[in-house]
Parts: sequence; structure tokens; C-alpha cells
Amino acid sequence: MLSRTASQLYWMSRYLERAENLVRMLDVTHSLSLLPQSRGALTELAAPLAVTGSLDAFHARHSRLDSEQLFNFMALDQDNPASVLSCLRFARENAHAVRGQITAEMWEAINASWLEAKEMPRRGIPSVSAFFDWVKERSHLFRGATYGTLQRNDAYCFIRLGTFIERADNTARLLDVKSQLIAPAQANLMPVDAPAESAPDFYAWSALLRSLSAFEAYHAAYRDSLDGRRVTELLILRPDVPRSLRACCDEIRAILPQIEAAEGALDAGRHVKQLAGKLAVQLEYGSVDEIMALGLHDWLTGFLTRSARLGEAIRAAYLEAN
Amino acid sequence: MHALTLPAPSHYDEMLLPSGAIRPHYQPFANWLHAQTPEALAKKRAEADLLFHKVGITFAVYGDEAGAERLIPFDTVPRIVPASEWQMLEAGLRQRVSALNRFLWDIYHDHEIIKAGLVPAEQVFANAQYQPAMQGLDLPHGIYAHITGVDLIRHADGGYYVLEDNLRVPSGVSYMLENRKMMMRLFPELFAQYPVAPVAHYPTLLLNTLRHASVADSPTVVVLTPGPFNSAYFEHAFLAQQMGVELVEGQDLFVKDDYLYMRTTVGPRRVDVIYRRIDDAFLDPLAFRADSMLGVPGLLSVYKQGNLILANAIGTGVADDKSIYPYVPEMIRFYLGEEPILHNVPTWQCRKPAELDHVLTHMAELVVKEVHGAGGYGMLVGPASTAAEVEDFRLRVRANPANYIAQPTLCLSSCPTFVESGIAPRHIDLRPFVLTGRETTMVAGGLTRVALKAGSLVVNSSQGGGTKDTWVLEA
Repeated sequence: MLSRTASQLYWMSRYLERAENLVRMLDVTHSLSLLPQSRGALTELAAPLAVTGSLDAFHARHSRLDSEQLFNFMALDQDNPASVLSCLRFARENAHAVRGQITAEMWEAINASWLEAKEMPRRGIPSVSAFFDWVKERSHLFRGATYGTLQRNDAYCFIRLGTFIERADNTARLLDVKSQLIAPAQANLMPVDAPAESAPDFYAWSALLRSLSAFEAYHAAYRDSLDGRRVTELLILRPDVPRSLRACCDEIRAILPQIEAAEGALDAGRHVKQLAGKLAVQLEYGSVDEIMALGLHDWLTGFLTRSARLGEAIRAAYLEAN
Repeated sequence: MHALTLPAPSHYDEMLLPSGAIRPHYQPFANWLHAQTPEALAKKRAEADLLFHKVGITFAVYGDEAGAERLIPFDTVPRIVPASEWQMLEAGLRQRVSALNRFLWDIYHDHEIIKAGLVPAEQVFANAQYQPAMQGLDLPHGIYAHITGVDLIRHADGGYYVLEDNLRVPSGVSYMLENRKMMMRLFPELFAQYPVAPVAHYPTLLLNTLRHASVADSPTVVVLTPGPFNSAYFEHAFLAQQMGVELVEGQDLFVKDDYLYMRTTVGPRRVDVIYRRIDDAFLDPLAFRADSMLGVPGLLSVYKQGNLILANAIGTGVADDKSIYPYVPEMIRFYLGEEPILHNVPTWQCRKPAELDHVLTHMAELVVKEVHGAGGYGMLVGPASTAAEVEDFRLRVRANPANYIAQPTLCLSSCPTFVESGIAPRHIDLRPFVLTGRETTMVAGGLTRVALKAGSLVVNSSQGGGTKDTWVLEA
């Protein structure tokens, strides 16, 4: 496969995954901002900006941070390169450049999403929740079309690689920001791993789980009340929760050997496979006690550094080869 | 049921006789049409629009900021070609394309046709499309134009005429294929009534033609595109996918040790045949336009060493130039010893003083074209222009006569077409695609373009034209 084609397939799925995760984050922010205790809680609203590194860009354009401005900026603002709309546009542009490598169903799904999305700033949307659901639905549709129609070849591998690299990154960032928002409030009163007895904490952790579609999984796995320690374990270490870091890294490690490789020492992907293997093993044999001992934020920072290094190695080995 | 506007008696209509009676080969269609409600047909047209949009069959219009991508309007009334007409067309196309390939070989080798005094030397060697780099170069099988699109029109006398030959990078074949798919999806019942010759195997024929162009054992074929912003990008991607070959851009290719390679996820891979969809001038910045970002530095030297096939070859533009067009019937006689089956449109060459006088005097009745123009740009349709426009063009022709040719205003045939008021005659042309490889092949069909404005004779998609499915009936 052409290196450029691989790159465009990979970024197509990264941007689509990013759009989906962004609405998951906006969704949790939105539901929390409706709680009486959170009204006007600036830190909560600033979280999506912090996670996407868009704080400065937002303040350059808007004087005041409220949920409506936040939504307009992060969802529908075409001039904001980190917005949902921009992600959908980038995804579609990449798909356009490789439409010969994807099936008609995949192209139609992603193209129709963009055609509908680009009219939204002008036409308006029925409600923010409807918008969140729509983006998730379009992402599911594309993934389903990919799963159901695309030949299991390198194109399939690079698409899935993009999905899980992006998802691992997004889950780690979301967990980092949310835990920092919850933790300081509790710091004086109780340890972070104490049960979330107060209503605000319960809602904060449950909103986080819901945004990652892991609320049901939590109850199935623990059959117990919500607490930060278990949420952390679930989202980082559980292999059976599709958006957990462990699940993403397992997928990445499984995908890499399926990519067509040159023989022996010429295989530029060897370094990538090593990095991915280390990352997955660390999660496989890690424990929540170690993570808590180091501090969740520091642990996640380390994880993000290592996953960025993996992304860089993928770029060097496959996407800008020769 | 349907408001069917009758065609003007001055031109040939594909469906209706001057009396308003239906031509026999359109009778089943007319019966079917009569049984449809306008609402049902409108629904089908909306469905077609939606499907084309979703599939993204779009084209870009140069100089149109807002409409970066647009749909080519698709009309659901087919153009139907009886078997006997197609047999004549096919024989004529084979003959014409064969002579054009012989002409290209000749002007890049021994110049026999020039020595024989049939084509003036300056028309060839002073032509901007003539590539001196090609002189004396032997291409495998002597093929220059592997893919040719020939634009045909049907005149008021009912005969077909060649309007122009396209030997560089003719486009539109993807619309021929997609239009057929759409018609079969929307109106399967019509295909039960008509023996329509299939066209879907075109990509297979194209791949065979490209493979045969190379002398390599198992040649690697690629499609070279300028990229997603090109007006015909959809078609480039479509053909690459249908043939199962890579769609490459210049940046994906590089030259090393006299061979051409593409950058892949498993390292460099050799390329033997390029179906290129970019013009000569952009192919190699070292040999042609230095500012080209679309090509590959060093490509020409690989080509000249015989390690690469370009389809079409470099320098084919000299044979489809409007200044060379008047000589094609002579080429057919000279190289093949045959009488042309397909006729040229009578053409005045403004570079000849006597013919220039005629053109200047009768400009308001003529179509005047730049010899190097394409896409409907840089032309005057006399009868459809204001006196001021005619006068302006007269000055331009007088200033540089050799740059223009003129033809009578042809009555392109018309075909019933859906318009706002119902169904009305609109002018059409036809572009079949001829493939030259081990043998000359073509699918029975082509792209029918339709001028959607009433009375308009300009069918180019960039000028508001649409397309129709073309049904060649099997004998």
C-alpha cells in the first residue's frame, strides 16, 4: 500500500474517532452543568477546552465561558480546528483522497455525515443531546460499514490502528481531566479511593462512565457503588471494556503483525511492534495500587508520553516511509 | 400525461419524427413513459440526485469558489442508439483512431505525411503540443493514444460527424458507467424491454490495454492523478478502484537508477505503466514546467529509456489539436488507403487568407474556436451571441488568425429531456471511448452530454451541461 494512502486511512479514522470522543466529553460536561451544584462551575466547562488544548483559542474569540458558547465553539465552529465539525471535515477529506481504497458503503457513510454536518451551523440543531447522539450514530455507522464490508487487508489494519491509537489517547485525557476535577474537591475530606457517597461525586463518576459507555460494564463488573478507584481500574486495566486503555492497547498489539511487512531486518515495523508490546504488557500486568501509588495524573501523563511515542513510530515506519 | 414539447423542425430529434410520431426504437420507451405519473418520475429523479450526491460523483468547476464540488445533472431519459448505427460508428471509430496512432508514429519518426505534402510541416513542428523529446523514440507496439475519446454529433441530415478527437486525457467514462448503474437501479423494467449492450466491463478492457502496453512480464499499473482538487478526481479514483490498481500522486513516486518507484508501506515498489491523468507539461519538472508540483523529477528520462509506459504517450496533443483536425480524413486515406467512414465537420482554417475572409464575413453564423481551446472556453457561437460579442471576437481573430478555426453552426441533434416545464428537446453529443492495445476495443456506448439550457449547443459540464445514459441496442 502507498504510504500516503496508509496515512490518509489512518487519519481518516483518527479524526472520526476524535469527533466521537469529543461529543462524549461534551455530553458529560453538558449533563454535569445541568446539576444545581455545578451551575456556573467554570472548571467543569473548561475541561473540554483543556483536554483539546483549546483554552487560549477559546478566550481569543469569546469573553465569557458558558455552556452555550462552549458548545458553539467545540461542536459547530468551523474555524476551530479542534471542533467536532472540523474533525468530521478532516475525516471526510482524508476519505475523499482514498475513496478508491474504501468501500462505497464506507464512503457514503462518511460523505453523508459531512454533507449533513456542514449545514448545521446555518440550519441549527434540534438540541445538543440530539447532536451528540447523531455524531455517535454516524461514527457507529461508519465503523459498522467498515467492519461489515471492507476486505481484511492493510487498509483495514490502518483504519483500526488509527481508531485505537486515538481512542487510547482520548480516554486517558478524559480520565485525567475528570479525575482532577473530582479529586481536589475531595482531597481535604477523604482519600480519592473512598466510596462516592456525596451526590456530586456520584454524578461526576457516573457521567464519566456514561460518556465512555461503561456505566453498565461497571455494574456488571463490580456490582457495587461507584468509587474513583474502581472507575480507574475499569477504564485503565480491564481488557473487556472496549474504551479502556488496556483494550485499546491489546487491539493495537494484535493489529500490527497483520500489516504486510518487508522481510527480517528490513521490517521498519519492528520498532513499532516493540513499543506496542511494552505498552500492552505494562497494562496487562499493572495494578490499580501501583497507579494510585504513583498518582493517577502522573501515571496518565506517563502513559500519554509513551502512546505519543508509539504514534510517532507508526508514522516513521509506515506513513512517511522511504 | 407529460407535457412533451416538440422539437424544432430545423434539427434531428433522436426520439421524434418531424410529424411528432415516435421513431420505432423509442416506441417501447414512449409507451412506458406514457404509463408513468409525473410524480413517480419526479421521485425517481430526486432519488437519483440523492444517490449521486451520496456516492460523491462530483466534479469541480474552475473559478467557482462556492461550488467547490458539484453534481453533474443527470437526465433520466436515455439516448437510444439502434444497432445498425452503432456498427457504423464502431467501424468508423476504429478506422479513425488507428489512423491517428499511425499519424503520431509518423510525425515522431520519418514525417512521411509531411513529405507527401498532405499536412504542412509548420502545422506539426510549430505546434505547441508537438514534443521534440519524442522524435525518434520507439514506443512498444507503436501505440501513442491508448485511450481516445471521440466527440460525435448528429447533424440535421441525420448523419454523425466528428466534432473533435481527444487524445490527451479524455475524461467522462466514469459517468458512462455510473449513469448505467443508476438507470438499472431506477428503471429495471426498461432493461427487460430493451436489449441494451452492457458497458460495465470497461475497466477490465482498460486494464488489459494498459498491461499490454508494457513489455514487462507482469507489469505494475498505476493511475496518476493531480489530486483530490482536480475536477475529474472522482473518475481517477473510480477507475483505479475498478481496475484494482494504486491511485498515485506525483509525491508518491520517485526515480532511482533509471526506474520509477512508488513509496509503499513495505518500501519502494517498481512501476511499469502509468495511466496518467495529468497533462504533458506537468509530468516532469526537470523536462517540462519547472513549477509543476504534480509530476515526478526524472520521469522523462525513465520513459526515454523504455523503462516506463505512459498512457497516453507524451506529445499526443498535436494530433487532436483543432488545427490538425481538418487533416484527419487525409490521414485515413494516406495511412490506411480507405475512405473515411466518419465525416469531419467542414472547417475553415483562419490561417488561410481566403478562408479567413469567409470567416470574418460570416462570423455571426459560425462557431469560432481557439485551436488549442478545450472545455467550451474561448469559443464564439455566432448565432447565440450579441453583435458586440461578435465584433470583439472578430478583433481577436484578426489579431491572430492562425489561432482560430471556424465551423458552420451545427444543429446538434436533440433528445427529450426533463426540464421544469415537463419534457422538452435539448441538444446532445456523444463521446465513445476507444482503447488501443493488443487490439482496438471499445464498449458499445459512450457518454451522452446534454445542453440543459433551451436552444444551447454547449454541452460541457463546466458550462452547465448534463449527462444521459446511452443505450446501444444489440442486434
